[in-house]
Formats: sequence, structure tokens, C-alpha cells
Amino acid sequence: MVDFNGWDMPVEYSGIIAEHMAVRAGVGVFDVSHMGDIQLAGPEALAAVQHISMNDASRLAIGQAQYSALLYPKGTFVDDVIVHRLGEEEYLLVINAGTREKDFTWVRDNTRQFDCRVENLSDDFTQIAVQGPMGVNVLQKLTDADLASVKFYWVTRGTVCGLKNTLIARTGYTGEDGFEIYIPSDEPTSARVWNEVLDAGREFAAIPCGLGARNTLRLEAKLPLYGHEISDTINVWEAGLDRFCKMDKQDFIGHESLARAKASPMVRTLIGLEMIDRGIARDGYKVLDSSGKEIGYVTSGSYAPFLKKNIALAYVPPELSAVGSELQVEIRGQGVKAKIVPAPFYKKPKKS
Amino acid sequence: MSYPADFKYTKEHEWIKADGATATIGITSYAQESLGDIVFVDLPKPGSEITAGKTFGSVESVKAVSDLYAPASGTVAEVNGELATAPEKINKDAHGSWMVKIKLKNPDELKSLLSPADYEKFVSEEGGH
Repeated sequence: MVDFNGWDMPVEYSGIIAEHMAVRAGVGVFDVSHMGDIQLAGPEALAAVQHISMNDASRLAIGQAQYSALLYPKGTFVDDVIVHRLGEEEYLLVINAGTREKDFTWVRDNTRQFDCRVENLSDDFTQIAVQGPMGVNVLQKLTDADLASVKFYWVTRGTVCGLKNTLIARTGYTGEDGFEIYIPSDEPTSARVWNEVLDAGREFAAIPCGLGARNTLRLEAKLPLYGHEISDTINVWEAGLDRFCKMDKQDFIGHESLARAKASPMVRTLIGLEMIDRGIARDGYKVLDSSGKEIGYVTSGSYAPFLKKNIALAYVPPELSAVGSELQVEIRGQGVKAKIVPAPFYKKPKKS
Repeated sequence: MSYPADFKYTKEHEWIKADGATATIGITSYAQESLGDIVFVDLPKPGSEITAGKTFGSVESVKAVSDLYAPASGTVAEVNGELATAPEKINKDAHGSWMVKIKLKNPDELKSLLSPADYEKFVSEEGGH
């Protein structure tokens, strides 16, 4: 167990590699209750969301979700977020654990001008993620909702483990198909549902998964982690999250800075690295060019259990970011050869 | 967990088995369990000198990098090449997976190391195993 942003969480239950492979091959179950939940509801809820979020929430049908980010006026990240449209005038933002308080304060303070209630529901929900190609099979055993009709990044409500009107979202942080359910946070309910999910998953070899596998899974899929690929000093273009940033929608916080940044040369860009020589590139390690000069740094790096390679994400100057280029990562004082590869490193197989 | 009777141990969770002038070194079962899945081992080349109490390499799991500390001083005679391609062997059998064989510089150094019983006591106090 480790302290993760003030939460006591397991790094692993049975082993990071086994847990990682369970998610890729079948199903893994994560307790992600540390994530935060902010609800915006009211006649101007959409306007409020549009003001603080860089993606275009007006495209969301009821029951649809999208990946986005809350930005500072300078175009850097307050946090990344999944915006869910739960009703005509109701939105749910699911945010990172480490930024719960900061995000809520930010959202509340920057939406006061809108006719909209902003509520911090983070402590009201236990959130359980059931991830992997067989996740749908497991969850279907526990709910009357027709999960086959819920497309990826859509949500529904149904009775789950006897709990009526439970929010079920086809979302996740693993690069696989899967669901996240939001249930009442009291301990008896949470424990009961957790155990029922694992019981239902037994025939699919489901196992509980911790922070270690959560990190290796999202890294293979190039999903950003706040404080690493995105932060308050990195802008949207550098992080490569252009497709989630709708500059042509109405003005949002950060728009002006981003427009200016787009018109100027980029200082750094996020790339994927694969180690060529023996060594594991880890968070914070320096990236060097082939002459040994320091040119950037690793934001996240690890052994990748599914790919069976040592991979990393890193920031380097754009002129040195061509796929195929050979760079080095400084590991224990030595430059170790690596090459720039396309990322995401892993994409889930298309369902036939 | 039983710790082999013919090994000596360090507080950094290495084991050493002396055989006259040479000794074999590895990490303990407690170490591999704490580390989790081991994916990389960085060992010195034959001919290099290692010094008691100083680092001589590292072992990496998915989540962490851990230095290896020499239980005794000497010259590296042999390195277990299997661990370069199959480091997970250490998880399966830590006491049976040797890392380096050294020619001991001063065999008396082993006298100050922990006996199996002392190591077991140390581990139970440290980790509650």
C-alpha cells in the first residue's frame, strides 16, 4: 500500500505483470474511488462547461461523454477530465484524485457568472472500473442495463448489484474496452459490490488490479497522467492533445493563449520512446541527443508488460522529434540508446 | 520462509555463499517479494572489483529501481547471463538464482554478516512477514 495523493492504495494485489495482462486478455477490476466528481446542473450548465473545458460539450448528446481538459488562462493544464452529459442540463466532470480540491475550487470560481449549481460529489461515490475485453461480460451479469447498446464513451443508468439508477460509463484509463460504475460510497455497499464484481468475474479470470498496472496500462496507450505529460507548465499543443481542443467553439479559458502559442514556434513536443539498448527509462530521466547533449526529459517510463519492451514518453524539441530518430536516455549516469516510435504504443484490437 | 543455512545475509537483503576463496551472491526471497515482478538486472562485468557495503549493480522491478550492495569485497569471476533475458527467475527462486560469483578479497568480511536466524529476525521486524 502506498500514499497516492493522500489516498492509501495498493500498488499491486498479485503482481503488476499478471494484473496488466489480465486487463489486456480478459478483465481486471480497479478501485478508483480516489477520482473526483463535480456536477454542474442548471439552465446554464452547458455554458459553464463550455467556458472552462477545451473540448466542445455542445456536441454531447444526453448519455455521451468526452475527454477534455480544464485550462489556465495561459493555456496550460488545471487537470484533464472526462465530461459526461447526464441530462438536459446536467454534466458530470470526473477528475483526478490529486487535483480534487484544486479542480472544484477552479470550477466553482470560474462559473459563478452562469446560472448553474456546482457540487462536489467526490465523497459520495465509490467508483469501480471493470476493464478489459471481457469487462462487458462480467458487468452484464450484475445489471439489467443492456450494455451491448452502450457505445464506448457513452453512459447509461441501470440497477447494478441491486442498486437502482446506478451510473454506468463505458470509459476507462487502460486503453481497453471497459466500464466504470459509480455507486454509493458507504463502506458496506462498496465492499459488497466490490466482492460481487470479483465473484462475477471469476469465470473470466478477473483479478483486482492496483496502481502499478494502472500506470503500465495507460502508458502503453499513451494516456496522459497529470504531473507528467500534462501540468500547469505544459500547453495543449505540446502535449499533443489538439484533437480534444476545439478552438473554433466559443471562447474558453485558455483560448487566447493557445491561439498565440499556435502562431509561434513550439518549444517542446511529446514523443514516444522505445529503448534499443538494455535499460529502463523512468520518470524524470534526462533525454540526450546522440552526442550526449541534454535535450529533454522522460515524463513517464517503464517496462511495458504487454509489449515486453521498455517504453517511455518524453518532451524534446520539435526539430528532434522525428519518428525513427535515435536518442539516448541517461540511466545511472550513462547514455543508453533509444529510438522515437509512434505512440500510442498499443491500440486495442478492433472488435470483429 | 526458510533461509538457506549455508548462506550469510545483509540488511540490504543480499545473500552470499562462500566456498573457500570464492563466493556466490544473490538477493533474498524477501527482497524479490518486496520488489514485485523483476524485469531488469544490471550486473558488473567479469574482472571488475566490488567493495563490501558499496553498490555493485541494480535490480529493477516494474515499479522500482533497487541498488545491489556487495556483501563482501572481491573480483567478479562470473556473471549469471540467464538473468539478462530471464530476470523473472529471481522471483521464482531467489535463493537459487545467483547473480555474480566473486573471488573473495578478504573472507573474514563474512563473519560480520547475518546468520539465517538473525536475518529472519531482522526481516520479521522490518516488514512484519
